[in-house]
Amino acid sequence: MTDQLDTQQVRLRAQALESLLVERELLKESDIDEVIERFERRVGPMNGARVVARAWTDSEFKHRLLEDATETIREFDFQGGQIEKLVVVENTDSDHNLVVCTLCSCYPWALLGLPPRWYKDPAYRSRAVREPRRVLSEMGLDLPESRRIRVWDSSAEIRYMVLPRRPDGAEEASLEELTGLVTRDAMIGVAEL
Amino acid sequence: MDGIHDLGGKQGFGKIIREPQEPAFHERWEASVYTAMTAIVRRGWLGNIDRFRHAIERIEPSAYLTHSYYGRWLAGLETLLEEGGHLTCEDLDRLVRQKGGFDEDQALVRAARPSLYFNVSSPSESGGLGARREVSRTPHFALGERVRTSAHGHDGHTRLPGYVRDKIGEVVALHGAWVYPDSNAHGGGEQPCHLYTIAFEGSELWGSGGEPGTEVCVDLFEPYLESCEG
Repeated sequence: MTDQLDTQQVRLRAQALESLLVERELLKESDIDEVIERFERRVGPMNGARVVARAWTDSEFKHRLLEDATETIREFDFQGGQIEKLVVVENTDSDHNLVVCTLCSCYPWALLGLPPRWYKDPAYRSRAVREPRRVLSEMGLDLPESRRIRVWDSSAEIRYMVLPRRPDGAEEASLEELTGLVTRDAMIGVAEL
Repeated sequence: MDGIHDLGGKQGFGKIIREPQEPAFHERWEASVYTAMTAIVRRGWLGNIDRFRHAIERIEPSAYLTHSYYGRWLAGLETLLEEGGHLTCEDLDRLVRQKGGFDEDQALVRAARPSLYFNVSSPSESGGLGARREVSRTPHFALGERVRTSAHGHDGHTRLPGYVRDKIGEVVALHGAWVYPDSNAHGGGEQPCHLYTIAFEGSELWGSGGEPGTEVCVDLFEPYLESCEG
């Protein structure tokens, strides 16, 4: 991570903008509370996890999800933006998928919430496309040489989410238990389960 | 533009540091900037997402790298509001002073504002919700076709990353027509064009330095592409 500009000064400037917008009646203090509550409680990786667990347990759903994720996830009625078109890519024994946005930090908000800092930092954005195998290894995921790696650079308005491989030994797990196993990092493709 | 934001393939940034149990927002001001952005969109002051992305790209390069994500948003919003005539930089300075901030301490943050003389976007009306559009033109390229990307970018906003310029790849998906960011960011209208996912082999992008068994898929607009076939 790079050193960041003096946070106190950025904070003051953000507060100045907030005051100005409050004064002009564009926003209210309570709007900010609502945004915090939304991304802490309702819009986050728990949404993507529900989709993944469902795909693991319902092959017809999984088929539809991989064919047309945008339509298929409508039944969940998720809130939050950044999913005008969603593509779900499946990890298998032969293929591993990894999602990045090299130009900014595009990310499927409605399914995964707001991106973590590392996803927005220059290190990940620069390296994921050039040396994905090394990046994954550094992040604790050593893939066999035979596993093909496909990196998805979200350079337009299509958003990508990874369908991770179902973990071994979870054959008896309920849908709810499976949902609890799915992590944000696995749905970006920097971890397995 | 060949800006610092175009990070794909750049070297020297070091390790990726993950933060355990990372919260959605680290501090309230980050949520404030997020909320400000949505409020500005609702009021129609943002123009469109392409203008906003370009405003962030225009942040002075060293500041771009030292700002946090929401710091970059703040700088981008300030630029667009100033260019749209909705506030001035001095308005914010005045409020910062009222909150006990000193001008000399703001120098760093003010210096981080995008340079206003470079390639200023002209405001354009928002094109409504979403970016998918219907067009009567059929796509030039077909699934499985090999295409070559443009060798050069241009001074304005573009979604053709530097590392996939003048490279050969294969069409692996067609996505219909979408608002063309290169035009929409600059008041040139939406000019929707067909969008494709193009797959590039690691060796095509990085030569012998590419990792075996890797490929990169990039979503590219039709004007960035030409056919490699007959």
